[in-house]
Amino acid sequence: MTVKTEAPPVPAAMVRPPTDTKKQSWTGLWFVLPFVAFYALFLVWPTFLGLYYSFTDKSLTGRAASWIGLDNWFEAFGDERAWNALWNTAEFTLYSTPPLVVLSIVFALLVNRARRIGWFLRMAFFAPFVVPVSVVTMIWIWIYQPDGGLLNHYLELLGLQNADTNQIWVQGEGGVAMWSVVITTVWWTLGFNFLLYLAALQTIDPSVYEASSIDGANWWQQLWRITLPLLNRTTAMVIVLQLIASLRIFDQMYIMTGGGPNRESEVAIHYIYIAGFEGFRIGYASALSYVLFVLILIISIFQFRLFSRKED
Amino acid sequence: MPNHPSPPGPASSAVSRRALLTGTAAAAGLGLAGCGSLSGGLSDKTRVKQWNLLAGADGAIMTEMHGDFSAEHPDIDLEATTFGWGTPFYTRLVMGASSGNASDIATIHLSRLKSLSPATLMDPITESELNDHGVAAEDFADGVWEKSFAGGELYAIPLDTHALVNYYNRTVCEQAGVLNPDGTLLETDGVEAYFDLLRAVKDVTGEYGTSLDTFAGWRQFWAWYRQQEGEMTFGDGDYEIDDDKALTAIEIMYRMAEEGLCPTFADGGQCAANFEVGSAGLVQVGNWEINRFRAFNEAQGLDFSMTEMPSFFNGHRYTQGDCHAFVLPRHNTWDTGVREATLEYAAYMLHNSFRWGEGGGHTPAYLPVTESAEYQALQPNAEYSGVVENVQFDPDVWFSGSAARLFDEVGGVLNQVYALATTPEDALAQIKNRIETLLALPSPVD
Repeated sequence: MTVKTEAPPVPAAMVRPPTDTKKQSWTGLWFVLPFVAFYALFLVWPTFLGLYYSFTDKSLTGRAASWIGLDNWFEAFGDERAWNALWNTAEFTLYSTPPLVVLSIVFALLVNRARRIGWFLRMAFFAPFVVPVSVVTMIWIWIYQPDGGLLNHYLELLGLQNADTNQIWVQGEGGVAMWSVVITTVWWTLGFNFLLYLAALQTIDPSVYEASSIDGANWWQQLWRITLPLLNRTTAMVIVLQLIASLRIFDQMYIMTGGGPNRESEVAIHYIYIAGFEGFRIGYASALSYVLFVLILIISIFQFRLFSRKED
Repeated sequence: MPNHPSPPGPASSAVSRRALLTGTAAAAGLGLAGCGSLSGGLSDKTRVKQWNLLAGADGAIMTEMHGDFSAEHPDIDLEATTFGWGTPFYTRLVMGASSGNASDIATIHLSRLKSLSPATLMDPITESELNDHGVAAEDFADGVWEKSFAGGELYAIPLDTHALVNYYNRTVCEQAGVLNPDGTLLETDGVEAYFDLLRAVKDVTGEYGTSLDTFAGWRQFWAWYRQQEGEMTFGDGDYEIDDDKALTAIEIMYRMAEEGLCPTFADGGQCAANFEVGSAGLVQVGNWEINRFRAFNEAQGLDFSMTEMPSFFNGHRYTQGDCHAFVLPRHNTWDTGVREATLEYAAYMLHNSFRWGEGGGHTPAYLPVTESAEYQALQPNAEYSGVVENVQFDPDVWFSGSAARLFDEVGGVLNQVYALATTPEDALAQIKNRIETLLALPSPVD
């Protein structure tokens, strides 16, 4: 998907007369082939292999695997820890998706108005997204450090916290750890949604606003009656992408909290990782992966249905 | 991590389409050729790939030794890679070995040998091969040598013994009046005596008495549990733990944190930093941090020394520890030259392990080194040389050992004890519950 911050007008010269379509399609195939080969080898094939493994006791140690039917699946459905991990994933998704959608609209609206320093704000909001996860988590772990971390330091300066009873963040109980990661994630990935919204905002025809202001619409009315409805398609896409991304949470959580405290922030993929790579149980991990896969699939289908109905 | 497509970059008009296609094809070729036999074909050198987990301060010493090895062996191209300590490393090792494409040699913790399924994932080493390179069974202490075997086959070449030790800041401890006239730390007996020492140090630092890694609580737990002569044994789906002794060990942690004698939260980095900046006058951490503290001493000044763990029970100075060892991950095929070069490398590291002890703080497993007068006189190593006798290895079960699941799971619970978020009673119940869950899992190595 390409994102353009400006929509250049299409010059008439660029619209080519139709040529031999058959010849064109063959050329295209050669371009697609390397990707298709990789896609088949590294995505399609492992997907089916994983399904097969989920019916076996395949182990990473290389011992001969035997067919065990639905045992892994029964174990997965009865595994309290797996359900806890799924629930934590859902919790993370519920906490992280709304701010990642709402804040990106707000920032996009702000930047869209700020014509002069727009380039700077665009860069400022997008920059964190370019930073790799290892760096992001390292910075935030420092910020959250109970002793001498930036956050607690300022909380103390503001008199909100006593130096003797430092708040523990990334291992904090009662959802504190989860929220710490949510805040980090919002800071980190907001830029992408922001850019999508900004691009969409810039494609709205200014004459629509002009016409509405002649009719006496104020800024607020323009926002609710014109801007947001015209952003609907983008919102639908952003929510779908965001939900999928949030359901696949692993990296930040693994590095920052390691699933702690007391498994409060252990998410689905982390548990799959534990089962497969620490416990060597590839068969069981495959079954767990399929449970998550099916859940994401159901949510995605449900969402697409919901939004496409709205569009009609 | 959201797998969004990469952001649009500036269009690179300089790259021609042909150049781009050639590049892509070459890249695809590289990818398909697998984890490159490429550089092997480019020079006459025998290439030895080594994987290690020494991401800590001792890793710098290993890298230095590798430089020396390469200088002395111009015909061998040593390619060493350091992975994140713990699970990231072991995951990589196991996955590589299960396909037969891991490195030629790798470091492991000896406590993990059995859980790495040596029969299927490692290649055995013969003693005669080792003899050819000047290494023999007599060069190792019996206990360590026996641990290098699995199913009657030799799989590991022990490099060192390392353990939790007690570092002390001499400047701070002197002010607190807890040093002997010769500048060594006062020897204490019993929990209360040591707590008194910590209180005196805390009065000087104004923050903590001792620092420690609250994420690696298993190490402290095991040391204090074993000092009470507590046993933990695992049978078929069954296990034994001494509840009273375990609870006593956990209570020590809780009380220490409650009184502010140690931090309630400190990851590896902060654990060391507390000691460096003087927030704590002591730090209970592995001997491998010596290189880090020395570097800090050179940069900003830190007068420190090291001693064994304090004795809390029965006069024992038991500590938790492990051994680093070399293994040969399973190869689909061994090139004779590569295998020779690989063993030559391992032998070199043993023969030159004086540097490993001096710089990395580890006690070399190779006895000709540790028995040498030069090593015996080495400071501060001599001050904690007793750890080799006092080291307590983790219980014998497939999920135990350094960075294994027992270490992680128990450490996660104990982290909450230090944070004062879980009571010792609840923590013990949780630990037992987690052990039971681990026991219920099918063993991947039986």
